[in-house]
Amino acid sequence: MTLLTIEHLDIALGGDLVLKDIHLTLARGEIVTVVGPNGSGKTTLLKSIIGSLKPVRGRIVRSTELKIGYVPQRLHLDATLPMTVSRFMSLPRRRAAAQIDQALERAGVAGLARRQMSGLSGGQFQRILLARALLESPDLLILDEATQGLDQRGVVDFYHQLESVRRELGCGVLMVSHELHVVMRTSDRVVCLNRSICCEGTPERVATSPAYLAMFGYDTRDALALYRHDHGASSISSELSS
Amino acid sequence: MLDDFLVRAALAGIGVALAAAPLGCFVVWRRMAYFGDATAHAAILGVALSLLLSTSIFAGALVVSLIMATAVSLLSGRGYAMDTLLGVMAHSALAFGLVAVSFVSGVRIDLMAYLFGDILAVGKLDLAIIWGGAGIVLVLLGWRWSSLLTATLNTDLAYASGIDPKREQLILTLSLAVVVAVALKVVGVLLIAALLIIPAAAARPFSRTPEAMVLLAAMIGATATTGGLQAAFWLDTPTGPTIVSLAAILFALSSFAGYTRLKVSRATPSCEESR
Repeated sequence: MTLLTIEHLDIALGGDLVLKDIHLTLARGEIVTVVGPNGSGKTTLLKSIIGSLKPVRGRIVRSTELKIGYVPQRLHLDATLPMTVSRFMSLPRRRAAAQIDQALERAGVAGLARRQMSGLSGGQFQRILLARALLESPDLLILDEATQGLDQRGVVDFYHQLESVRRELGCGVLMVSHELHVVMRTSDRVVCLNRSICCEGTPERVATSPAYLAMFGYDTRDALALYRHDHGASSISSELSS
Repeated sequence: MLDDFLVRAALAGIGVALAAAPLGCFVVWRRMAYFGDATAHAAILGVALSLLLSTSIFAGALVVSLIMATAVSLLSGRGYAMDTLLGVMAHSALAFGLVAVSFVSGVRIDLMAYLFGDILAVGKLDLAIIWGGAGIVLVLLGWRWSSLLTATLNTDLAYASGIDPKREQLILTLSLAVVVAVALKVVGVLLIAALLIIPAAAARPFSRTPEAMVLLAAMIGATATTGGLQAAFWLDTPTGPTIVSLAAILFALSSFAGYTRLKVSRATPSCEESR
């Protein structure tokens, strides 16, 4: 089922065209990752999807009643605003305490409900942002470099949780990530962005495409092969045959 | 009971303090401290215009404050920072107001009353306006509370949840304009912003949630207005400034208490509440 269709999207920031002629479709149950160098418009694309930036041309068609869970790149919390974790989880809709505790436990930050948001570490903060986004039972989960500030264990946990969330909720996931090797293994589809979409497809296809190699300047197939190796002979053989 | 001017004054002060508490908290959280000043300065223009046109002072102040609030809301985020816009608006409104006043003869004394307020002269109609305005603002803020809070926290989180932060900001600025207009009589133009910010700031060290901060700010504001009224009566000092001075003393006590508490909890690592 299609969640979202983007057609001919142009976005300008401060008078400059940042995104040009973007076409993209997102379906339920798929994990799509946007990769691209700094300033390529990845965050802008996500912000236009949540409705925070208005297109100068083209349109974004959402399926009716689309619920979006959004995890921003970073969230600055003003020190003047007192906020416990559980209060934050109840924004904008009130949640039962049991529901909040369960969500925190799933995100690996059990027992933090009564803490102040300002007293959290970067990694804890990031996990709580994800837990809050999941409370909405979103149809589409949008993650902007959501693993920033997480330790290695945290990154692994994060992607595990992502896959189980996708299984349980059946939601679509659209994320921006710089962790190319992880991207390649978790995504169903990779979108390579540099102001416009340069290439798009399965991780294997994108990783070998000339546009992608030109952009990142090295061959990520090594990383890919290394990872696939971990997963036993079947995936290696499937890769060799493809 | 309402025939006693002190009772009317106290009720007026409490009404303003109650409405100012949630608004003051938003002003502090959103770093809009100068918004109160700007709207209040604009209110002077409103006062001048109503003196010129011999209409109700409240109506004049309300209309100009609402126009100011809308203009700032619409213009913000279009290449001007909020403080620049507020600076332009506040001082131009004040200048135009003072120029306008000079066309009206014999209002010099009247104007002083609006600069410093005259809570002791609050009549039954004033009281009705103050509580009516405060009531509208409280109902409006209560209705939009969750959305306002989410939009204050982060505009992108708000957008993702289907909340339009621009609309929430407009609701907030319009509420501010209403409170400034109704509070004109209580503390005057020069001190309205103090009644918004000081109780909220004093409440911060003892609050763990936004709601707690609002409740505490309301209590501090009400204490400052009623206590200041009493103190002004005993000491024979001007009422508006006495109220704000008391609020400032409460703020000083609260930050001192907050500071010592911080030191204590820093010394005990097991304590979670360290900030």
